[in-house]
Amino acid sequence: MSNHDHIAAHDAHAHGEGMDKKRIWSVFFVLLALTALEFLIALGFVHHWGILQKGTLVNVIYIILTLVKAFYIVAFFMHLKFEKSSFIVCCSVVFLFIIYFIILLLVEGDFLHGAMTHQPLFPHK
Amino acid sequence: MSTTVSQLDKVKDGPWGGGKSPWNLEYGKIMMWFFLVSDAFTFSAFLIYYGAQKFAQPSWIDADKVFQSIPGIAESGQPLVFVGIMTFILIMSSVTMVLAVEAGHRNSKHEVVKWMLWTILGGLCFIGCQAIEWSHLHHQGFWFGRNPATGLTDTDAIVNALQPYFTKEISYTAALQFSNLFFTITGFHGFHVSIGILLNIIVLSMTLNNTFERRGTYLMVEKVGLYWHFVDLVWVFVFTFFYLI
Repeated sequence: MSNHDHIAAHDAHAHGEGMDKKRIWSVFFVLLALTALEFLIALGFVHHWGILQKGTLVNVIYIILTLVKAFYIVAFFMHLKFEKSSFIVCCSVVFLFIIYFIILLLVEGDFLHGAMTHQPLFPHK
Repeated sequence: MSTTVSQLDKVKDGPWGGGKSPWNLEYGKIMMWFFLVSDAFTFSAFLIYYGAQKFAQPSWIDADKVFQSIPGIAESGQPLVFVGIMTFILIMSSVTMVLAVEAGHRNSKHEVVKWMLWTILGGLCFIGCQAIEWSHLHHQGFWFGRNPATGLTDTDAIVNALQPYFTKEISYTAALQFSNLFFTITGFHGFHVSIGILLNIIVLSMTLNNTFERRGTYLMVEKVGLYWHFVDLVWVFVFTFFYLI
C-alpha cells in the first residue's frame, strides 16, 4: 500500500510539471486553429469560392489535419508525451495493426468497387 | 573466500529490475490506457468499415446535403455549421477537463469542482445537440435499416426520395449503408459520451465528499480525464470522416 501511495504521489508530482494553465490554453488554441482551418477549406475554398474541388487532395489535407489534432490531444491533454518512452511505445505500436487493417480493407473495397460497378444494385433492391 | 560478486548475483537496479513501477504510473491509470487502446481498436474497425464501404460503392451520399440545417435558425443550406458548434463544445469540455486535472495536481478542491461542472455541462450540451441531429435525420427517413426511400416500390418515387441527398448518381444501397453506419458510429460515440458524463458526475460527487482530499491525491480525476479526452479524440475522427470527407 505504501508503494502504491508513493507511486501515486510521484505520478501526480511528475505530471504537475508537464502541463500548466498557459500550456493547456496554447494547446487549445492550436486545436481551435486546426479546426478553423478545416472549416476554411470546407466552407470557403470548396463550398463558397470553388478554388478546390472535393476529391483526393482535399481529403488528404483533412486526414493530415485530423492526425495532427489527434497528436495534440493524445500528447498534451492525455499527457502521453510526458510518460516514460517504453509506455509510449507500448500504447502506440499496436496501431500498426490498424494501418494494416486500413490497407486490407482498401484492397477489399477496391475489388468490391469493380464488382459493384459491373453489377449495379440500383434500381434492383 | 572471495568477496567479488559474480555477474548473476549483482542486484539489478534498472527500471525493470523489480521493486518499483517501471513506468512510474499508478496501476489504475495504466489499465485505463490499455482499455482506451482496445476501445480505439473498436472505433477504428467501425470507421475503417465506413471508409471501405464508401470506397467500394459506385456512388455515395453527399454529406453536405444531408447535414445542412442549424436547428432553430436555418432549415437548409448551412452545411457543417451545426456540427462545427458540436465540435467546439466537445473540444471546450476537453479543455475544462484538463484544467480540472491541473487543479487536482494543486489539491485545489473548489477549482476541481468548478471545472468538473463545466465539463459535465459541455458533455450534456453535446449529447443534446446529438439528439437534435438524430431526430432531424429520423424525420427525413434515415434510421437503422432504412433510408428515405425504404418502402417505396416505384422507381420514380425512389429517385425523388433520394435525389436531394446525392450529387453523383443515386444509390439506394449507399444511402442505406450511410444511414446504418451513421447511427451505429455516432450512437456508439454518444454512448461513450453518456458514460463519460456519468463517470464525471461520480468523480464530482467524490470530490465534494472530500474522498480525494482524504486520499491525498486527485488521481481519479486524471483517470476519468483520460477517458473524456479519448471521447473527444474519437469525435475528431468521426467529424472528419462523416462530415468533411
